[in-house]
Amino acid sequence: MKTQSVLEKVLKSGNLAVTSECGPPRGTSAAAVREKAELLRGYCDGINVTDNQTAMVRMSSLAACILIRQMGLHSILQMTTRDKNRLALQSDILGAYAHEIDTVLCLSGDHPKFGDHPMASNVYDLDSVQLIQTVKQMRDDGKFQGGADIADPPKMFIGAAANPFADPFELRVARLAKKVNAGVDFIQTQCIYNVDKFEQWMEAVVKRGLHKEVYIMAGITPMKTAGMAHYMKKRVPGMDVPDEVVDRMASVPKEEMAEEGIKICIETIERLKKVEGVAGFHIMAIEWEEKVPEIVKRAGLYPRPEV
Amino acid sequence: MITAERKPMEEIVECARNFSRVLLVGCNECVTVCAAGGRKEVGLLASALRMHFMKEGKNLEIIETTLERQCDPEYIDELADSVGQVDAVLSMACGCGVQEIARRYKDKHVFPMVNTKFMGASERQGVWAERCQGCGDCVLGITGGICPIARCSKRILNGPCGGSTGGKCEISPDVDCAWQLIWDRMKSLGQEDRYEEVMGARDWRTSRDGGPRRIIREDMAL
Repeated sequence: MKTQSVLEKVLKSGNLAVTSECGPPRGTSAAAVREKAELLRGYCDGINVTDNQTAMVRMSSLAACILIRQMGLHSILQMTTRDKNRLALQSDILGAYAHEIDTVLCLSGDHPKFGDHPMASNVYDLDSVQLIQTVKQMRDDGKFQGGADIADPPKMFIGAAANPFADPFELRVARLAKKVNAGVDFIQTQCIYNVDKFEQWMEAVVKRGLHKEVYIMAGITPMKTAGMAHYMKKRVPGMDVPDEVVDRMASVPKEEMAEEGIKICIETIERLKKVEGVAGFHIMAIEWEEKVPEIVKRAGLYPRPEV
Repeated sequence: MITAERKPMEEIVECARNFSRVLLVGCNECVTVCAAGGRKEVGLLASALRMHFMKEGKNLEIIETTLERQCDPEYIDELADSVGQVDAVLSMACGCGVQEIARRYKDKHVFPMVNTKFMGASERQGVWAERCQGCGDCVLGITGGICPIARCSKRILNGPCGGSTGGKCEISPDVDCAWQLIWDRMKSLGQEDRYEEVMGARDWRTSRDGGPRRIIREDMAL
């Protein structure tokens, strides 16, 4: 074991791991954070806390992670390199670890253009691969990126994202390999709707043996409405929503759409359980956290293992 | 070259409003090539300004000139006589030229007439695009001759990110994904195997992060 992370323990035990996510509020309410996180208690092994998701200002990921950790739950610190340089990123990692947050997800983040501060300067001192290297160096060598020694290094379990649906497809396995070379421990993928394409990617991952070097958690997001399916297909960068998924959502009456979305999501999980190399699921129920327990139960992923 | 675009007329008019005699100075280098501040543009802007103030019932006297290079003190000196005759200088050069005038003529107002944009190249007639950010430590030799720092919207050195779609950047279908271009070049050069080498964190001191930069050539300095 590289760390004390519960997520690492579950993955190592060979059980399918489950993570979920909480978007912090666009305001100061600690209660709002606690309320969302409480819905997930007992249903996942770690709770990702997004970092100014879609480049919109929200309560800081670190602050919300601390609130969740204080509830006895295991928060996963999402960090984008968009808003902070290497000084700020590393100091947040130290602070997180001081609060017993031991799992981090290294991201480049959506461009500011998509958010409510398109006029902001974007930092990108590091990219996501270099952030992985930085956190690994802090953990394994006990050194800051700049080379100085760290007193009591943070033992972080290091995650990153992978998007099998972005272009060029032929590079998507190679880019994962790059993250593996940089030292990533686990991957959470982009939401999977095009399961065929995901399987194709996974096959290539397995062929190279990368699934033995990194735990790959499949990203799942339930759709609430046909409108959401349509929006994700058309507007979200790097998202691949096949027509049949949009059509299936649109084929049911409005009041049944939510249930249809959950059904699709459970069918997807069931299918992905059989795919070699899938080590778990990352269930991102965006502003719909109350549905996570139901999804986890219906997908046969409950109860969560004691580790 | 350094590219520039002329400022909006309203802003230019406000710069000139409080003066009766101004010197309008073009530059024969980059801003001439990108048709923003050469001799021709000096002439056009001078006419437009005269006309504007004439309509307002005000007479603005404009001396027009274009220097070989505004970023070079040798040429800036040539302005001494005309600067002495005016209340303000309106420079059509890039920001470097404007600052050279300010440095040489300390008691004279100087206003930029263009917005300096980027170091770029001409993609086709009338279209210029950014190519270089002057980071001070060129990586083009290992990125297939395409710069990820200037041309990736996130200046990602280990791209492409998850937003690359159909060869385009997530920020706009009008922007090429630099890493798609880099990958295409690597393929045509038979260097696919080099893609997986991780490019480590950069030392940005060679860029603007290290403070204002200078080049000192002892062999040339007087």
